[in-house]
Amino acid sequence: MAMAPDTRSPAPGAAGKAEPPLTAGLRAKSLALRWDTAVVALLIAVFLVGLGTTDGFSGGGNLAFAFNDISEVALIALPMTLLVVAGEIDLSVGSMLGFSSALAGALWNAGWAFETIVPIVLVVGILGGLLNGWLVTRVGLPSLAVTIGTLALYRGLASVVLGSDAITDFPSKYAAWTANTTTLPGTFLTYPIVLFIVLAIVTAFVLHSTSFGRSLFAIGAQEDAAFFAGIRVKRYKLLLFVLTGLLSAFAGIVFTLRYGSARADNGTGYELLVISAILLGGIDFDGGKGTLAGAVAGILLIGVLRNLLTLNDVPGEVQTVVTGLLLVASVLTPRIIGAVTERRQRRAASAAAATT
Amino acid sequence: MTIRTAARGRTAATAAAVCALAVALTACSGTTKNDAKNDAGGAAASSAKADPNAPLKKNLKMAFLPKQINNPYEKIVDDAGIAAAKSFHGTAKEVGPSDASASSQVSYINTLIQQQQDAILVAANDPNAVCGPLKQAMKQGIKVVSYDSDTAKDCRQIFINQASSEDIGRSLIQHIGKQIGYKGKIAILSATQNATNQNTWIDFMKQELKDPKYKNMKLVKVAYGDDDDQKSFQQTQGLLQAYPDLKGIISPTTVGIAAAARYLDDSSYKGKVVLNGLGTPNQMRKYVKDGTVEQFSLWNPENLGYLGAYAAAALASGQITGAQGDTFSAGKLGKFTVGKDGEVILGKPTVFDKTNIDQFHF
Repeated sequence: MAMAPDTRSPAPGAAGKAEPPLTAGLRAKSLALRWDTAVVALLIAVFLVGLGTTDGFSGGGNLAFAFNDISEVALIALPMTLLVVAGEIDLSVGSMLGFSSALAGALWNAGWAFETIVPIVLVVGILGGLLNGWLVTRVGLPSLAVTIGTLALYRGLASVVLGSDAITDFPSKYAAWTANTTTLPGTFLTYPIVLFIVLAIVTAFVLHSTSFGRSLFAIGAQEDAAFFAGIRVKRYKLLLFVLTGLLSAFAGIVFTLRYGSARADNGTGYELLVISAILLGGIDFDGGKGTLAGAVAGILLIGVLRNLLTLNDVPGEVQTVVTGLLLVASVLTPRIIGAVTERRQRRAASAAAATT
Repeated sequence: MTIRTAARGRTAATAAAVCALAVALTACSGTTKNDAKNDAGGAAASSAKADPNAPLKKNLKMAFLPKQINNPYEKIVDDAGIAAAKSFHGTAKEVGPSDASASSQVSYINTLIQQQQDAILVAANDPNAVCGPLKQAMKQGIKVVSYDSDTAKDCRQIFINQASSEDIGRSLIQHIGKQIGYKGKIAILSATQNATNQNTWIDFMKQELKDPKYKNMKLVKVAYGDDDDQKSFQQTQGLLQAYPDLKGIISPTTVGIAAAARYLDDSSYKGKVVLNGLGTPNQMRKYVKDGTVEQFSLWNPENLGYLGAYAAAALASGQITGAQGDTFSAGKLGKFTVGKDGEVILGKPTVFDKTNIDQFHF
């Protein structure tokens, strides 16, 4: 399959045209921006290639399916983006999804009303997020260690709640909301995806246009400086962990309804899917860099690419390799471009010094 | 400090509000499991009539979707099915996920729908998770056959059952009875205590034992090795210590029989205690050749794939609809009849012993 245009050529001219005396901040910003645009361009390119080369890509509800298939990952990726921008990470999201699914299944099996189950599960998600956030912000443990712990903890709780059972027969009136056959009339947008779009717009606004969002960048870039600048670092982080827990639990409900099957092992490994998606979208794991548009493009790119490769009978292992290479490229490319521009500027500066 | 207290107060208030909301919702009439039972949509009943004389269509496109790719057992099944499809001028392929999780097969089903396959053969990781897309496939006229591991009944037209549970259970007793001369104590080494397959088989074993010809045979214990090699090994050891006069062990699980054979091989019981059960030739070859195990059974996975391909082709050609009583011919395997709930049974398990074990490699 054609791997679409080269990912590594985000307009070489653009860097050259820039005036030499760039501040470090501005330069970093422009770099991040360029990888985002590259991902968006790649997404569009893959999409067009798909339309042109692959039968059944655009028709017959395939797009509805392809996007719906990543809806849980996409929903979790939104708060995760904020978390990573603020320099933290949550690896327990897949387990929280599984726990939420198992809990919903167990309660449903016990005869509870679905309308009651949903708020309970969401509260459990909030509590799970609070635990993560509390351990990180109040006890002061690193989020990587904490959430590796809760990754095991929440998955374990899922098994405790449901054992090896699989609960089915969820109410079809709610399941229909998550099905890929129910779309917004006249479009290929399913309801989980519509919700994702709405939430993505809200998140983008919050991240890029509010003082809260800008504070997250400050926290991610230089936490101590942010603290002394009067930003309530701990409280903001706690809030982000809670949001991530909440959305993971909600994604668990969507997952359960969509597959019609509640199991303790649902969503195993989703944390890596979520993190790769936003990593691909150019969110920097050192914190403080990235745009939500990039993250969204990263998520969609993974979804579209996977669908397209499967349609072309590309074996699963090769798909994993392709995604892996893209990820490496996403981390490497901005750094290479950074190093190249820096060297060029240094040379230009020394040349200028020589002529005067 | 005051700020913190305020925050805590706010959190508590929020939590209280949410709880109140939950309680309020419970009070209203909610959707519970019992309501859902009633609104579960009926099966996609096929209204088409079967025409047993319709010829097999040519150039049928079908796809095997195993539990996971690169599983040696499923590879044999699928490869045999792909070869069978070639024999009636169709094309078949194997696609699938690299992990056997409940949800990973779903996206493959969708793409198979887009590729407009004539038939999908699926070994379901989860009987329900694959249901939605399979129903969509059937709605678009794609025939769905499950094999190896069934889906929910209304999500496929035919299930190719490797062997009926009754056959497996009864034949294992018949075989071991013959081996020990219908006399003496026997034990069973099963998988886990609540393994559905094994428990069904064991029930049929107990029923078969009621036949008067087994009156001198006694089932003394069912042990559980949890499909764990180490544990099955220890359980075998325990059985032989507890019942030194034990004549035979039946292990209806591939893990159990291999572990039991390994124990017997190195013990003084070798050749004195008969071991029978379900195993794979590759695992058991050594023990059959050195005389630890005389024979064991398993269905032939190649025939499973072969029959699957023919059943799918018969469906796609309109020879059968999946209704009870439909008959179709499956090449070298002969004629098959669709049973209750769309089940087609491959046949009696194959017995492997010294004479034929080298013909099988799985």
